[in-house]
Amino acid sequence: MKIYGVALLAGCFLIGKFLGNILGNLLNINGDIGGVGFAMLLLVISNAFLLKRGWIKKETKNGILFWSSMYIPIIIAMSATLNVRSALGGGWVALVAGGGATFICFLLVPLLSKVGRNNKSIKI
Amino acid sequence: MEILENIILKNGLIFAFLVVGIIMLFSFWFSKNITKNKIPGVAIAIIIGLSIAFFGDKKGMANIPLFTGMALLGGSMLRDFAVVATAMGAEIDKIKHAGLIGFVSLFLGIFISFFFGSILALVMGYNDVVSITTIGAGACTYIVGPVTGSAIGASSDVIAISVAAGVIKTIIVTLTTPLIAKKIGLDNSYSAMVFGGLLGTTSGVTAGLAATDPKLVPYGALTATFYTGLGCLLCPSIFYLTLRFFIT
Repeated sequence: MKIYGVALLAGCFLIGKFLGNILGNLLNINGDIGGVGFAMLLLVISNAFLLKRGWIKKETKNGILFWSSMYIPIIIAMSATLNVRSALGGGWVALVAGGGATFICFLLVPLLSKVGRNNKSIKI
Repeated sequence: MEILENIILKNGLIFAFLVVGIIMLFSFWFSKNITKNKIPGVAIAIIIGLSIAFFGDKKGMANIPLFTGMALLGGSMLRDFAVVATAMGAEIDKIKHAGLIGFVSLFLGIFISFFFGSILALVMGYNDVVSITTIGAGACTYIVGPVTGSAIGASSDVIAISVAAGVIKTIIVTLTTPLIAKKIGLDNSYSAMVFGGLLGTTSGVTAGLAATDPKLVPYGALTATFYTGLGCLLCPSIFYLTLRFFIT
């Protein structure tokens, strides 16, 4: 059933957030230190584990896939509810940060491709 | 009219689904027919979102009573939940195909984008660590930015800047990849994987590679899928702590 997938996702989410907050607490920082990342890691690991045992049915997976397909719409709703008016002054920062980071990474593509390449062509 | 208003007010979240659905329908139509797929629909939709928010106030369009449901749909709870769900597409067996170079390019891509964005924010006059971290995370992708920002308590306007930085990255990657592909040696599966790991914006990488050579898309997507997850793990933790150590 789809709800099993959603429940698994919810479990991973809450444990991840919990770990993030505990870490924040330990480090004396008010906040969630990497909670979403931990939750994703947990989901990947538990998915691999359950898949091997054959406990993940297609419907279970669909429950998670639904939420994964909702992230773009949610990001759009989020951007429509941000304080854009007072962010306008920072428009240049956004432009240069996004553009500059992209440019540097472009330059690194040939470099890294040469460094690591020794033998093979990869097949997926 | 009053009846309609009441229905919408009482069912804000449902109305938000409708509004976002219409925005996306228009954006993807615009992307396909007007820009000939040169700018991804997602990027257009986010730009429309940010522009609508301009007409509101501190909470963007959610300040308009009819649209309060948008704040619920776009709030941090559902957002983080949906972002975690995207990890489902990332199977461990697949990253093994990418091997060491996949991992190196992912890590380097996030590291460089983050620290470039942070240093820039610092130079441009931001002096609190939370804002600097959030803008640096936004230089990774438009998802890593807001996830990091709300985790460490950034203000809404700084999160908006981080989203904008990520959107700009997506648009530049989509537009320029086919133009510079030859110059950066982007003509085989290996460099496509490196490319996906370094740039990381899944929508930009897929659209850019599709315009270059559709055969390269799965290789770029293979590494790019892991980028946002790794970014959400690294930026609000190790990277944030590193910056805190240096800037206080």
